[in-house]
Amino acid sequence: MRRRQFLVLSAASVGGVLVYSLDRRASRLFAQEKATQTVKIPLRFFTEEEALIVAAAAARIFPSDDSGPGAKEAGVVIYIDRQLAGPYGRDRFRYTQGPFDENAPREFGYQGQATPCEAYREGLKGLKGFDRLSPEEQDKRLQQIESTHFFALLRENTIEGMFCDPVHGGNVDMVGWQLVGFPGPRMSNYDDLTRHFGEAFRPKPISLEQAIGRKVRTSEDEGRKS
Amino acid sequence: MKTLPSTDVLIIGSGWTGLLMAKELSGRTPLSITILERGRPRMAEYIDGMDELEFFVRKHMMQDPSTDAIALRYSANERSRPIRQFGAFLPGTGVGGTGEHWGAVYPRLMPDCFEMYSKTLERYGKQKLPEDHSIQDWGITYDEVEPYYARSEREVGISGKAGNLNGKKIEGGNIFEGWRSSEYPMGPTQVPYFPTLFGATVKSMGFHPFINATAIPSVEYTNPDGVTRPPCAFCGFCERTPCMIGAKAQPTSVYLPVVRQRKSVSLHTGIRVRRIVHEKGANGGRARGVTYFDESGEEIFQPADLVILATYTLGNNHLLFLSGIGTPYDPSTGKGTLGKNLTHQLQFGVNVFMEKPLNRFMGAGGTGIRMADFDADVFDHSNVGFIRGGVIGATMTGTQPISTFGDLPRSMKLPRWGSAWKKTSIEWYDRVANIGFGGEHIPYVGNYFDLDTTYKNPAGDPLLRMTINWRENERKMVEFMNAKMVEIGRAMGAKEVNPFPGYGNYDVTRYQSTHVQGGTIMAKSPERGVVNMHQQHWDISNLFVIGASTFPNSGAANPTPTILALTYRTADTIVDKYLKKPGMLA
Repeated sequence: MRRRQFLVLSAASVGGVLVYSLDRRASRLFAQEKATQTVKIPLRFFTEEEALIVAAAAARIFPSDDSGPGAKEAGVVIYIDRQLAGPYGRDRFRYTQGPFDENAPREFGYQGQATPCEAYREGLKGLKGFDRLSPEEQDKRLQQIESTHFFALLRENTIEGMFCDPVHGGNVDMVGWQLVGFPGPRMSNYDDLTRHFGEAFRPKPISLEQAIGRKVRTSEDEGRKS
Repeated sequence: MKTLPSTDVLIIGSGWTGLLMAKELSGRTPLSITILERGRPRMAEYIDGMDELEFFVRKHMMQDPSTDAIALRYSANERSRPIRQFGAFLPGTGVGGTGEHWGAVYPRLMPDCFEMYSKTLERYGKQKLPEDHSIQDWGITYDEVEPYYARSEREVGISGKAGNLNGKKIEGGNIFEGWRSSEYPMGPTQVPYFPTLFGATVKSMGFHPFINATAIPSVEYTNPDGVTRPPCAFCGFCERTPCMIGAKAQPTSVYLPVVRQRKSVSLHTGIRVRRIVHEKGANGGRARGVTYFDESGEEIFQPADLVILATYTLGNNHLLFLSGIGTPYDPSTGKGTLGKNLTHQLQFGVNVFMEKPLNRFMGAGGTGIRMADFDADVFDHSNVGFIRGGVIGATMTGTQPISTFGDLPRSMKLPRWGSAWKKTSIEWYDRVANIGFGGEHIPYVGNYFDLDTTYKNPAGDPLLRMTINWRENERKMVEFMNAKMVEIGRAMGAKEVNPFPGYGNYDVTRYQSTHVQGGTIMAKSPERGVVNMHQQHWDISNLFVIGASTFPNSGAANPTPTILALTYRTADTIVDKYLKKPGMLA
């Protein structure tokens, strides 16, 4: 059995947002508070070294900048870690019988053998030390691997982690939804559908658990002790 | 192998057709009915469906490729590859099947769609038909199906506005549609901003827009079976998810409440039917029942007097092939019928980038405006390089951020990640919408189903194989419609319109529509089709095959209304004729 790995986040690294630890207990971290305040998040799939690389790469794909918070604030790395530890990571829902034709035309979709877990583990070997590079150097490294299956997954999973329901560990505090004005699982738009023509209608987002007032069991948590 | 007590009627599949057949037969006969479903029971809490990741991205309600993959190749000379993750079409699984996560669009087929061969010949002559086509008339006409369409609209509960009541054209409805004997049971739904703009624009261009007919109640609705559904709340979680409040018509909200009350019906989930067991007899073959794996993996024989194969197109074809029922189609000789005339309704869209925000998180399947000015043979094809057509429209089904973030005007040549991409994607996020096209797919000699020779499922059975690719007729039709749609987008005041790149080779990764049809097609003679006009198997009189697998060609219209209309008709035939005198009906 592998040694338990943790991702330690400092208040300065996440800014004033809510971070969910593994047991879903929310800790609110404020950057202006003492920089020593940290939250220790147990990892399910990544080693700490891998998690730091993924967090750094996701932060270049979806940066925190003038246009708003990004992968760092949304907790994208936590989201990806949980997905990889769940059925998605081991390809539970993909046809995985051979023969594999890695050179199939694009129109046939991904025809390779590697599961998302394997693709990450292999891809991350090539990014050792990535989290310690400057942002410019990081972008250069990512451009070099842009056409790989690993990068396609990383980009796709980063977007998922930005905009998924917070129950999955990403989109913390619904920062992603607020960026684009998505209200989440809003129960009724009956009175609004034909109003607001031509103007932005932006109801305050709510998460699925807030909307229904109870815990939701996610597929990545199936079979896990909560 | 364990043998169970015999059942009078065995229904394979508990989607729209299986549950409808169970409802009709249990309501009108004392027969014992057993329904076998491979997936799970209906979810207890459909509200959990309001989660884009689980339902839209991980496809929680869809057929699981790890157990039920499909192989695909472009032609008989090429190797096949498995569809490892579904993309171009998304069949469902579990009680309610694909009907649980459908888009609820409810159009009838155009009348000439049933007679595509003779009508095209009549108007344009033989030289207009593509060389390698395999178009054939259905053998049944729109007029024969009309009463069943009307019945399905009342029971399923459709909102819309008629455009042709008993031959009288009505402005505001689809004036090109076939005649209908009655108005829709409910008035049309509300129309959001973008489709409203689309409607006003195409009207000013001289076209004939109408509000989509949908299986979404515009008001509270009680159907003739006494099943009540609330009006739609336009929450935006609709297509690809079940309805959280039971408004959208689903097999489990329309038929299951009735079937559940019937003591003669038993519904079993987690059952994987392996073979339809049959034998040869003096007067043709006879189905004896089915073998299946139960949830524990034990193989069981379930005898039955009457077998109704009621799965999605793929399952219907696969099970007949695996059971050795019928003669596989051979494209080189044109002989045999099983697998023939595989079609996949055309769908594509152009992205329209608007100045003002669209609030596109609101909506429901099919909520919007369409025009049928380029449908079927409504317009003269003498001077275009293709036959047939389809419907252009703008709908707001409710947009989710994971699936659509990053749709950008093509003129912006940006990398697909990083600061500039993020900023621009946020700016355009709620200002892009889709003008969509749904078109007819004509059948060809070279597009068909059979069994794959390389890939197998976990039970060791060969996968079903689709041999399919696009041809000139599709490519030219799409090019023609694409140009019209770009023109409409510009006329709507778009800052930019992204044209569709066009139909190259069949692409399993681009969502097209979950309207794969054919393979067990109906025909007036056993030489031309698998089933007769009553969807009864030509070789085995106590086997009925129902669903879009019996359609000889794809219409532009989504298939569910026609699937249900023909199921009502078959149910009537079974009760009124077959059960009185079992045997071949045609």
